Amino acid sequence: MSLSMTASSVPGPRKDPEVAARLGRRRKRADVIVRTLCMVATLLGIAFLISILLTLFVRGFTAMSPMVFTHSTAPPGSEGGLANAIVGSLIQATIGTAIGTPIGMLVGTYLAEYARGSKFGNVVRFVSDILLSAPSILIGLFVYQILVLPFGGFSGWAGVVALAIIVIPVVVRTTEDMLSLIPNTLREAVIGLGSPKWKMIVFVCWKSAMSGIITGILLAVARVAGETAPLLFTSLGNNTWSTDLSRPMASLPVTIYSFAGSPFEDWIALAWAGALIITLGVLSLNILARTVLRGRK
Amino acid sequence: MPVRRARGAGNIGDVIFEWACRGAAILVLALLGAIIVELFIAGLPAFRAFGLPFIWSTEWDPVQEVFGAGVSIYGTVVTSVLAIVLAVPLAFGVAFYLTELAPVWLKRPLGTAIELLAAVPSIIYGMWGFFVIVPAFATYLQPWIIDNIGELPLIGFLFQGAPFGTGIFMASFILAIMILPFIAATMRDVFDQVPPVYKESAYGLGATTWEVMRGVVLPYTRISVVGGVMLGLGRALGETMAVTFVIGNANRITTSLFGPGNTIASLVALEFGESETGSLKLASLLALGFILFVLSFIVLAVSRYLLRSRLKA
Amino acid sequence: MSTTTDTGVSATGQQGFGGVQARSTVALNAPRIAIKNLEFFYGDNRAIKGIDFNIPDRQVTGMIGPSGCGKSTLLRVLNRMYSLYPGQRATGEAMLDGMNIVAPDADLNALRAKIGMVFQKPTPFPMTIQENIAFGIRLHEKLSRAQMDERIEWALTRAAIWDEVKDRLDSSALGLSGGQQQRLCIARTIAVRPEVILFDEPTSALDPISTLKIEELIDELKRDFTIVIVTHNMQQAARCADQVAFFYLGELIEVAPAAQMFTAPKHAKTQEYITGRFG
Repeated sequence: MSLSMTASSVPGPRKDPEVAARLGRRRKRADVIVRTLCMVATLLGIAFLISILLTLFVRGFTAMSPMVFTHSTAPPGSEGGLANAIVGSLIQATIGTAIGTPIGMLVGTYLAEYARGSKFGNVVRFVSDILLSAPSILIGLFVYQILVLPFGGFSGWAGVVALAIIVIPVVVRTTEDMLSLIPNTLREAVIGLGSPKWKMIVFVCWKSAMSGIITGILLAVARVAGETAPLLFTSLGNNTWSTDLSRPMASLPVTIYSFAGSPFEDWIALAWAGALIITLGVLSLNILARTVLRGRK
Repeated sequence: MPVRRARGAGNIGDVIFEWACRGAAILVLALLGAIIVELFIAGLPAFRAFGLPFIWSTEWDPVQEVFGAGVSIYGTVVTSVLAIVLAVPLAFGVAFYLTELAPVWLKRPLGTAIELLAAVPSIIYGMWGFFVIVPAFATYLQPWIIDNIGELPLIGFLFQGAPFGTGIFMASFILAIMILPFIAATMRDVFDQVPPVYKESAYGLGATTWEVMRGVVLPYTRISVVGGVMLGLGRALGETMAVTFVIGNANRITTSLFGPGNTIASLVALEFGESETGSLKLASLLALGFILFVLSFIVLAVSRYLLRSRLKA
Repeated sequence: MSTTTDTGVSATGQQGFGGVQARSTVALNAPRIAIKNLEFFYGDNRAIKGIDFNIPDRQVTGMIGPSGCGKSTLLRVLNRMYSLYPGQRATGEAMLDGMNIVAPDADLNALRAKIGMVFQKPTPFPMTIQENIAFGIRLHEKLSRAQMDERIEWALTRAAIWDEVKDRLDSSALGLSGGQQQRLCIARTIAVRPEVILFDEPTSALDPISTLKIEELIDELKRDFTIVIVTHNMQQAARCADQVAFFYLGELIEVAPAAQMFTAPKHAKTQEYITGRFG
């Protein structure tokens, strides 16, 4: 067997299999330790999720009864449910999404179809991304300033507007992302047929991006359905049944917040029931959104 | 003629549609501008009454009508930074495991689970923290920490006090769990964008998986990784409901991490309902909101700047 | 032992098919890697079908064949790169120093220290030139500062790039030109002092002048290293290789000393490929 290296030409100590093997063992040990720590970190993350879900199921189901859905909130000690809060949440989340979605879609369309690479487009994208992650409590304070204070009090509408402001940037992001995935050749093909640009966007681009946009809308609903802070200073909450958007309106998260912080056992139990409902709702919306997106591929 | 008519209609449609899109875009800009301006105007009475010292004054006395932002700014910054310190190693571990280590069949379910963790509403984290984690921590772990680590020189003062469970540390811990999935998801996305051939070159030199991560993938992605961490920080700064449940809500600065405190968001959420319209207290709370907005704007802007290459890709 | 008499790139050899100039005939050295009945699978798909041949010590083996013929796959088998990906496996034998490369229990890190690889596109790590070279060395050896500097200079000199970078060792490797980056990657590979170096179409992303430099370098490196190179370029195979192996659809059709391969291929398929009738 020939010597593999003209040893004299290589500077440094000669190849020592002993040293290399010892170093190799140490390196492999470090690798195993890091791998194990990473697995532990992941398990820890999963454990948190399981702990949250288990807590919700155990405490939420014990408190669950048909009354939760049929009765409105009531003083402690009397028979009460969460019906007004559930309906209030549904109304505000639905209308908020209905207002925020078209605006968000138009902005996302503007960014993807009209302002690609333009300075103004970059500013809008930046601002929208800031809004996406801005503290939601500040949206609540803002709407308090512009709607609650000047128009004589807390109202469902104020809550709706606050939620709509949160919906917009979520929809902007997914709309732009989905439209950017559409190949330019498709656009050129449609324009080449003599179609005006708006028809190309509405009937071809939006259509091909539809499942992605729906995913964004579902995620937006999930996001606002669990929001508490922006509703504290806008729709405030309401202990009686009310579907009048011009008056204060109950919502599930705010009701959970006030009940969970109360000293009354039955209210705390109801808060857990509400927490279970909202979490199941939000998580199923998330899973549904993922399924919609995957179905497309 | 029909052809020209159709085209004319298309042009009008094009103009309308483009302006609708542009109008919506302008609305978004106006929205952000309005939020800044409104919060500033609403907080102006407080800035006028207390001047610049409002920012560091630790007074919060509704009876004397003397207000300062010092305690809540301190609480906001300390809880957020501590949350980052706790969350980043965990998030890195999760992202590393999901991109390089997990068997293929496990990647998708694990990834989904982590994303669901991000979707859980913050109020749920608050309740879970308050009713499950706080009692467990106060009963099993905290007394031991106070007795042992609390006695150590130099760092002991951070871990002293009564084992209530709630406090600055607990708020940071819950915040850490909440921002963990956000940071992990960003890290996973940027790790996935490293071209495989770079990793193969490092493997080709005989590197282990960890050495490839440390030596090639991390240097390759470090800017985006920091951007992801800043994104997590931005979320932690403004988080309201979870913190309100577990921070103990006291307007004083304690040296111990086990002591109670408050953050801008938790103070606003708690005291807003007890403030009268037009009062100096309400103005002070809105001024706090303005300060929080400026803080998170800076952090989020830096994050977006660092992540811009990833977003372009 | 080497019997090469003329190692220059401009070596004049016999006129081959299609104007391909093959280097003068040389005898092949003793085998460095002995491959026996090697098979490779992507899942259920058999990409390499039972091949046998030897890779001679301190000479250049060129592997040619149309896209998808298995030549690049074979390269990735030889340093176990495929083990990074689930569902890929190899059976059979590829013996190096009495150790079977494809054995499931092989020490991959030690193996890859012995068998280095240079890729199609340059892959400089996002760090300084110096750190790029030191990265691999540190994995396997503990060197003093001075020894490390010496080794880095040696590796960069051997890769014929020292003169171009010696004044900016502390600047980012990403600032180098494509050809320089590729030579840096070669330096990084030889710094670990491997026994075998695998080149996967190392010049396909480079301009002609950089290509020529790399080819000269390969010729010079074979004094110390056993070299395997995959190439699409027939001229390159002829200029660099001492032995040429022709693959087609996962099978080794023919393997022979380069001069013989390009002047008198035994197999009709080889002849068709060399003369450019397909591929």
